[in-house]
Amino acid sequence: MRARDPQKRRRDFKEVALGLTQAQAMKEAKRCLQCKKPKCVAGCPVEIDIPKFIAAIKAGDFKGGLGVIRNYNMLPAICGRVCPQENQCQGNCILSKKSKPVAIGALERFVADYEIKSKAKDEPVTIKPNGIKIAVIGSGPAGLTAAADLAKLGYEVTIFEALHEPGGVLTYGIPEFRLPKAIIHREIERIKKLGVKIVVNWVVGRTETIEELIAEEFRAVFVGVGAGSPKYMKIPGENLNNVYFASEFLTRVNLMKAHQFPAYDTPVKRAKRVAVVGGGNVAMDAARTAMRLGAEKVYIVYRRTEEEMPCRLEEVEHAKEEGIELVLLANPKEIIGDERGYVKAIKCDKMILCETDESGRRKPSCSGEEFILDVDQVIMAIGQTSNPILVKTISGLDLWGAGYIKTDYDGKTNIPGIFAGGDISTGAATVISAMGAGKRAARAIDGYIKSLR
Amino acid sequence: MFKILHRETVAPQVISMTIEAPYIARHAKAGNFVVIRINEKGERFPLTIADSDKEQGTITLLFQKIGKTTEVLGKMKTGSSIRDVVGPLGHETPIQEYGHCVLVGGGIGSATLFPILTALKEKKNKATTILGARTRDFLVWPDKFSKHADETLLTTDDGSSGRKGLVTDVLKEVIETETVHVVIAVGPVRMMQAVSALTKNYSIKTLVSLNPLMVEGTGMCGACRVTVGGVTRFACVEGPEFDAHEVDFQELANRLGFYRDEEMESLQKYKTTCKGKCKKTN
Ligand SMILES: Cc1cc2nc3c(=O)[nH]c(=O)nc-3n(C[C@H](O)[C@H](O)[C@H](O)COP(=O)(O)OP(=O)(O)OC[C@H]3O[C@@H](n4cnc5c(N)ncnc54)[C@H](O)[C@@H]3O)c2cc1C
Ligand SMILES: Cc1cc2nc3c(=O)[nH]c(=O)nc-3n(C[C@H](O)[C@H](O)[C@H](O)COP(=O)(O)OP(=O)(O)OC[C@H]3O[C@@H](n4cnc5c(N)ncnc54)[C@H](O)[C@@H]3O)c2cc1C
Ligand code: SF4
Ligand code: SF4
Ligand code: FES
Repeated sequence: MRARDPQKRRRDFKEVALGLTQAQAMKEAKRCLQCKKPKCVAGCPVEIDIPKFIAAIKAGDFKGGLGVIRNYNMLPAICGRVCPQENQCQGNCILSKKSKPVAIGALERFVADYEIKSKAKDEPVTIKPNGIKIAVIGSGPAGLTAAADLAKLGYEVTIFEALHEPGGVLTYGIPEFRLPKAIIHREIERIKKLGVKIVVNWVVGRTETIEELIAEEFRAVFVGVGAGSPKYMKIPGENLNNVYFASEFLTRVNLMKAHQFPAYDTPVKRAKRVAVVGGGNVAMDAARTAMRLGAEKVYIVYRRTEEEMPCRLEEVEHAKEEGIELVLLANPKEIIGDERGYVKAIKCDKMILCETDESGRRKPSCSGEEFILDVDQVIMAIGQTSNPILVKTISGLDLWGAGYIKTDYDGKTNIPGIFAGGDISTGAATVISAMGAGKRAARAIDGYIKSLR
Repeated sequence: MFKILHRETVAPQVISMTIEAPYIARHAKAGNFVVIRINEKGERFPLTIADSDKEQGTITLLFQKIGKTTEVLGKMKTGSSIRDVVGPLGHETPIQEYGHCVLVGGGIGSATLFPILTALKEKKNKATTILGARTRDFLVWPDKFSKHADETLLTTDDGSSGRKGLVTDVLKEVIETETVHVVIAVGPVRMMQAVSALTKNYSIKTLVSLNPLMVEGTGMCGACRVTVGGVTRFACVEGPEFDAHEVDFQELANRLGFYRDEEMESLQKYKTTCKGKCKKTN
């Protein structure tokens, strides 16, 4: 896909990837073999009829192509941009064996953007309201999708969101240069038009409990609160000044617009030499954000090799083009501070890769050597886990692992009327898998409500 | 939007504001706080729920004008509205039948102490409050405290009201003359640290309510982390109260000063561009 010049884009927040032109899209669509048993579909967590939407593009019917996708996926402009396609649809495409897979994600983005550009009006959906109230907790991709599907089935849906803006990670986590906020706003407006009410500044478990919501007005609840609590390494120096957890760093910039301080009131520290610890999308986003805030040098410190990095392929490629340096096989053991309590360096163990572990990746282990990087800021991006605020207040709810909600495939929990999905039931995953969970739960909630009659 | 129903200056630079927030009022407990964002460009910042009225559906906040955000909030008039208020957040204070409790407040710390005092009294505790300030005018809510506490002792740096000296001087006298079961201290970091050092000598259980920087206030960012007993804790969900004798006060002080330059810049810009007289609050 076309992208903006790295030298220019590394200092601003405008979108990096430019998307396909109409000619490029039609040319790419022609490459699809229209397989009878399409492997790509099996790789998509919501099983979009990929050959069908691509056939429409080939025929020049972009609106029709988008229509096919919308049957499965409410947020194509978003998924086309952020899905880890190389592990999902495209990774499975039959053409990837011999040459390059069809650029399914780029095509999906193309039809979604085409509609935005052509300023087409939404086709009105006819909804027969049934007057039954459902509460959705959390407005990330899981919650938004569940709410939209339930609204289309006639339910009166209210979303409760803890922050002052809806969108979940799409709003506070993923940066503007990768997913412009205007796109999220547009999708949220579309969902509101279906009659979904969004109440912000409402922390379920604190402002009101789930039990109160159910007792007062709601017949069923969908919990999509994500896995927002940052993990950290528990190494010396982690609480020094200028050590950020990626969630704070990204929230300050994405949600609070700290890069526009002092026009916006929230500050963020701009550093010269930054080490970002981790190898996922969050680490890439933090590193590229630090670069855009003016850093001279940004390192990504990761304990395995580039091959094992869990981030999207495109993200690490883009990061490298922007001048970010990968420091691989390195595991931080201490953050060193000065006498005022500010970061001045990070000390790491040099790692070697040994036998494969449960995740199928080779396990890093200490080589016995260590080294020091001089930096004035460290950003920890080693993962997120479940936030206990809500979960703790639901008595009798079955959990697994580090406080994730146990559900069946359809999102049913052990408590009748309470459903859950997305990162809070799977652990940190992807936008599209959270959406898939929201979709299945909406269907299951409809089944549950009908079974009550 | 959250409507301001009442506004009052209670001491120089200290304002109390009563806001319409029925759900928060219904669930507020002693020790809880709210996170506020005044307007579209505002920052998120925490204020303790200093009082609440379930019937009226209101909460009362007490704040000191120290930077841009609190300056702007302080200028807001009765009848106008705050854009975002979310809560109640944080753990509630563990209220038990302790016996004799001594509550120590420095300056704006009264905001946090007042609901704790009333909750402790409901549990039939004996409560002594010690409030300290620079001079008499700066004492916050001394009358409200004397109405509820068994004894209220005032101290000022210059002796203009109550005893001349520091809250720790008075606290020491109380400890040496009476049995004290628990001390709860809220105020500037250095004051809480001094109280903690004192009560540690006497092995008296002591709680402090910490005031680290916060962003969202629901455990999702880690901005508010403090070290307690050698372990990292998130003050917004696991606190803000902690066992004083375990707190790393130096780290807290360092972290509180992290954005000092930006805070000054923000306040200077606000004062020079509109001298606090702008119609728009951003
Ligand atoms: C920086 C970053 C980059 C990422 N990049 C990608 C990517 O490129 N591609 C990809 O597929 N995935 C990516 N992910 C992962 C993806 O964003 C998540 O898997 C997905 O957002 C999960 O969706 P969700 O709806 O379960 O939860 P979330 O998006 O986390 O939303 C949960 C919402 O619930 C709210 N909430 C929490 N508790 C409460 C409560 N008690 N009451 C009310 N509301 C509450 C939260 O404020 C939040 O808005 C990224 C994640 C991060 C953090
Ligand atoms: C749990 C908790 C309860 C609090 N309750 C009260 C209260 O009831 N009344 C009151 O007057 N103050 C209270 N504070 C402190 C209050 O949040 C700050 O005074 C306020 O944010 C200052 O903002 P400012 O822009 O006016 O000042 P700034 O110029 O931004 O900063 C002045 C000082 O305020 C502190 N501060 C700044 N931003 C924050 C932030 N986001 N979070 C915490 N502290 C910050 C810093 O230490 C700084 O030195 C509380 C803090 C916490 C953590
Ligand atoms: S939703 Fe994601 S995985 Fe599915 S087809 Fe689109 S880009 Fe591929
Ligand atoms: S597997 Fe590849 S070639 Fe086959 S239908 Fe899917 S996209 Fe087209
Ligand atoms: S303020 Fe974000 S975790 Fe406490």
